[in-house]
Amino acid sequence: MDISLQQVEYRYQANTPFERLAIEDVSMDIPAGTYMALIGHTGSGKSTVLQHLNALLQPSKGTVKIGSHEIKSGQKNKHLKPVRQKVGIVFQFPEHQLFEETVEKDIIFGPMNFGVPETEAKKRARLALQQVGLAEEILAKSPFDLSGGQMRRVAIAGVLAMEPDVIVLDEPTAGLDPRGRKEIMDMFYELHKERKLSTILVTHSMEDAARYADQIVIMQQGRVAKKGTPEEIFSSPDELVQMGLDVPEVVRFQLKLEKQTGIKLDKIYLTIEELSSKVAEVLSRGVRS
Amino acid sequence: MKKSIVSLKGVSFQYDTQERYALKNVSFDIYEGEWLAIVGHNGSGKSTMAKLLNGLQFPQEGDITIDHVVLTEETIWDVRRKVGMVFQNPDNQFVGTTVQDDVAFGLENNGVPREEMVHRVEDSLKRVKMDQFLYQEPHHLSGGQKQRVAIAGVLALRPSIIILDEATSMLDPRGREEVLETVRLLKQEKSLTVISITHDLDEAAKADRIIVMNQGEVFREGSPEEIFAMDEQLIQLGLDIPFSVKMSKAFRQNGMTLSKHYLTEEELVTELWTSHFSK
Repeated sequence: MDISLQQVEYRYQANTPFERLAIEDVSMDIPAGTYMALIGHTGSGKSTVLQHLNALLQPSKGTVKIGSHEIKSGQKNKHLKPVRQKVGIVFQFPEHQLFEETVEKDIIFGPMNFGVPETEAKKRARLALQQVGLAEEILAKSPFDLSGGQMRRVAIAGVLAMEPDVIVLDEPTAGLDPRGRKEIMDMFYELHKERKLSTILVTHSMEDAARYADQIVIMQQGRVAKKGTPEEIFSSPDELVQMGLDVPEVVRFQLKLEKQTGIKLDKIYLTIEELSSKVAEVLSRGVRS
Repeated sequence: MKKSIVSLKGVSFQYDTQERYALKNVSFDIYEGEWLAIVGHNGSGKSTMAKLLNGLQFPQEGDITIDHVVLTEETIWDVRRKVGMVFQNPDNQFVGTTVQDDVAFGLENNGVPREEMVHRVEDSLKRVKMDQFLYQEPHHLSGGQKQRVAIAGVLALRPSIIILDEATSMLDPRGREEVLETVRLLKQEKSLTVISITHDLDEAAKADRIIVMNQGEVFREGSPEEIFAMDEQLIQLGLDIPFSVKMSKAFRQNGMTLSKHYLTEEELVTELWTSHFSK
C-alpha cells in the first residue's frame, strides 16, 4: 500500500488562543515496501507526521493518501477502519497499553475489533507470537507478570496480528538493553524483507537509520529539511551537525580522522568494516608518496 | 586512601512473585567521590539494586551500610537524606507547577526555612544550568531539561550520593548529553558520589569504575579499560561494546597494529595518526 503526503499542514487546537502550528508544507512518498526512517529533534513534528499516516489526525491543509483513501482537510472522513487496520502503529513504550487478563486476549483484541472471528484471531495470535520470538506457553499468562522486554513483544504482536501492510514504529527500542534493541530491530527488518511490509521508523538513532532504512527524511521545525538515501544524507555531515543532529558513529570517526590526518577519503563510509578496510588500503598504498 | 561510603555485604533479594533471586549474595564497596556505573542487561538486578540503596526495598539477607549507618526501617529516613535519586521517566518525577516549585518541594518536606530554601533553589538550579527557567512550567521543558531539574531537586537536599537509575534512557541524544555534562560538572566539584545505573556503555565509559551485573550477581568489576577488554563476553551478557573498541578490532583485522586494547575515539585517532599516518 502506497502512502503519500502532499503539502500537509497541521495545527493543534486550531481556532483557539492555544493554536499551534506543528507541521507545514510536508510532502513525502512512501511506496509499498519502503523502509523509511524519520529523524529529527524532539518537537520537530515527527510524531505529528506519524499520526497522519493512519488518519489519527486530519490535515488542516493538504492531502494524505493512504492506499485508495484520500484524507483532506475540511472533509468528513468516514470508513477509516480499513485504513487503521492496514497501517499498524507501534507507539513508544507500547507495553503501557496492555490491559487484558491474558496475553492471548490482549493480542486478539485488535483483530476482533476489526471483525476477525475469534478462532481466526487466535490463530493469528499464535503466529504473531512466533514472529516476535515468544513461546506459545505465554498465551495464558497475564501480560503484567512478564518482563519489560516480553511485554513490549506482546504489544508488538498485538499490532502484527492485525496483519498490517504498513507498520509505523515510534522509537520501538527505547529503554531496552543493547541485546533487546538489536533483536527487536532485526525482527522488524526480517518482517520488512519477508512480508514486504512498508516500515516507517521514527528514531533518534542515526546508526539504525543508516543500517536499516533505504530512505531517510529529516524533519526540522515542522518542515521536511532533507530527504534521501542514507548515503546521500550522511555524505553531507556538516549540514546535519548544523541542524544539531548527530551523524552515525562511523561517520563521526571518519571526520575526526580526516581532520587529524588532513587526508580526505573518497567518500563517506557507513559501516565499520568498509571504513577500516579503506583506511588500511590507503595506508598500504603509502600516504606520503 | 579511598574511603568507602556505601558498602554491600552478602546482599540477597527476591520479589514475592518471582522464584529467582533478583540479587544474590552481592558484595561491593562504593568510594567517596567516585562515579560508579552499574551496567547489566534488562533483568540483571541493577534496578533492584537502586531500590535497595535508597531503602525502597530491604534485602532479605545481608547488610547495606551507607555513610556508617546500616540501612533498616528505623534509619531509612536519615539515610534517604544522604541519597538522592533520579528516575528514568522525566514526566513521572515533576511534582511542582514551575521549575522553582519543583526544586522547593523536597526542601519544604524537610522543613527547611524559607530564606535558606530560596538560596538553595537558586544555587542548585545554577549548578544544573537551569536558573534561567525558574518560572517555567514543566510542559515547556525538554526531557533533558526536566531531568536536570530533577537533579537540582536532589542537589538542593545536599545529599552525599546521587543515584541515576537509567536517568538518560528515555532522552534524545541531545538531552542525554546535557544530563551527562551536568553530572560531569558536579563530579568535578568532588562533592558528590555518583552511582549511575545504565545499559548505555558509552555513558559507562565516562565513569571511574564499572560493575557488570548478570543474573542478579556481580559478574565483573573494574575500570572502563578493564571492562571493555571483556569484548565478546559483554555481548554475550546482553550488552554491547563501545564504538571505539569495535573500530579498533576492525583495524586489527585489516592488519594494523594498535598499542592498547581499549582506546577512546580521540586516542584511537591520535594513535592512527602518530604510529601509522605520520610515518
